[in-house]
Amino acid sequence: MNKLLFGRFIPGNSVIHRLDPRNKLLLSFYYIGIIFLANNWLTYLVLFLFTILAVRLSNIKMSFFIRGVRPLIWLILFTVLLQVFFTRGGTTYWSWGPIVLSQFGIVNGVYIFMRFVLIIFMSTLLTLTTPPLSLADAIEAILKPLRIVHFPVYEVALMLSIALRFVPTLMDETEKIMNAQRARGVDFGEGNIFQQMRAVVPLLIPLFVSSFNRAEDLATAMEARGYQGGEGRSKYRILTWRAADNWAVIAFVLLTGILIWLRA
Amino acid sequence: MGITFQDVAYTYQAGTPFESQALHDINLTIADQSFTAIIGHTGSGKSTLVQHLNALLKPTSGTVTIGDRQITPETNNKNLKPLRQKVGMVFQFPENQLFEETVAKDIAFGPMNFGMSATDAAKKAAEMLDLVGLPAELLERSPFDLSGGQMRRVAIAGVLAMAPEVLILDEPTAGLDPAGRREIMGMVTRLHEQQKLTVVLITHHMEDVANYADHVIVMEHGTVAKVGQPSEIFQDVEWLQKRQLGVPETTEFAARLQKRGFKFTRLPLTEVELAAALLPQLPREAVSQPHDE
Repeated sequence: MNKLLFGRFIPGNSVIHRLDPRNKLLLSFYYIGIIFLANNWLTYLVLFLFTILAVRLSNIKMSFFIRGVRPLIWLILFTVLLQVFFTRGGTTYWSWGPIVLSQFGIVNGVYIFMRFVLIIFMSTLLTLTTPPLSLADAIEAILKPLRIVHFPVYEVALMLSIALRFVPTLMDETEKIMNAQRARGVDFGEGNIFQQMRAVVPLLIPLFVSSFNRAEDLATAMEARGYQGGEGRSKYRILTWRAADNWAVIAFVLLTGILIWLRA
Repeated sequence: MGITFQDVAYTYQAGTPFESQALHDINLTIADQSFTAIIGHTGSGKSTLVQHLNALLKPTSGTVTIGDRQITPETNNKNLKPLRQKVGMVFQFPENQLFEETVAKDIAFGPMNFGMSATDAAKKAAEMLDLVGLPAELLERSPFDLSGGQMRRVAIAGVLAMAPEVLILDEPTAGLDPAGRREIMGMVTRLHEQQKLTVVLITHHMEDVANYADHVIVMEHGTVAKVGQPSEIFQDVEWLQKRQLGVPETTEFAARLQKRGFKFTRLPLTEVELAAALLPQLPREAVSQPHDE
């Protein structure tokens, strides 16, 4: 459980760390969009270099990003293999019934692989350099226009930031209860599927109960501190747009231009 | 059942960028049938240490010997059940581990995991509830209807029901009122004396250490800083205070009296010892006078 890297934040003070989280979030989504512009070797090379540059700028070791890919490697390989063996076109090297190994298939497979890795790198970069609470703030800021259609932006933002805040607490709690039940002779992850499912009960029920208690305590504490709802509150953490954010946007515009120019 | 640590070190999340070493070169012995207290500042590695006592954590280097069983970094996780039965562990805020529909089922859960039949386990549950000082009518109640103190006693009963030879308690009295604290500590002492249990107690409460323990381990920054009897450990008031640990109030008071000219061959730990040491030093009139008034 502790080995999970997804959603982990590594404190730092690089250019990437200091970018406005709203900007980072939007640019990450934008990046996923423009990755589909790439359709030949040159465009993929440009994207690759751009991503590596962004990773370098964050001052975080490459190994972190590679570790981010690891949990998804089977999904990636599965997709790549499907592409490789079921695409026809170009020179056919080998075939057996519906399964073919063709030139197009191999090229497509490599493209898909690159796409996966690049997207994972960029989203890992986002989560590694942005504290979860800033991300929640960014999501709130981005959702704000939806108030016109009566979308409860403040409530969603509050739930999001509370949820994020309690993820590590709940993980600790899970660990503690697991250990307590292990000490009482429960084997987690052993035996057949039914035994394993039954072993989860002594973990799940205490977790739910303590979450209910925690929610009740938190609600009381919030009310006692004068919380009456999202509307009309001032903000403590204020997001600021700096010069570097402009440069980041310019870099992405240039990247888009280059991709459109180079694509076949 | 004795427990020995030999050059034990433990690192959390070893091999990741988030690794942190919690224990360094731990060498210690917990004697059979002893009452050992482990004290230390928050984050000194006490809880990590005790999780080695029943192999919930395996050392990243070194050897832990529990009875006749050796736990090394290479030990695999199979067949640890007999060990866990012999070493009962009461975690901090154990009331959070309750989950069954009734108190009886929850107490019986441990023994049944170790192969006891349902009828025997139910009998055992009734026995244990009595042992922790709760009335029998609670047996069929839901554990979630009980008060905090009662829940904690049910949780402790659930661990005792496994008939452990070693009982480990991680701050069993945290958050309890003075009466609850006395009851729990009284119960633990009774078990230690009558059933010859080896007790390991983690606490921040120095009075408990002075009153109950016969052996103290002081932890600091993941190492063992001092080992000895409570009477030895608490002599060096300044050394302990520098480590934000403190001494029993009685000892602190005696240390202040010592600065004002009273003499103690060794600083007393309890009120009784203090009174005995003070009595010969007081002027005769001061001792007899209160009765005249």
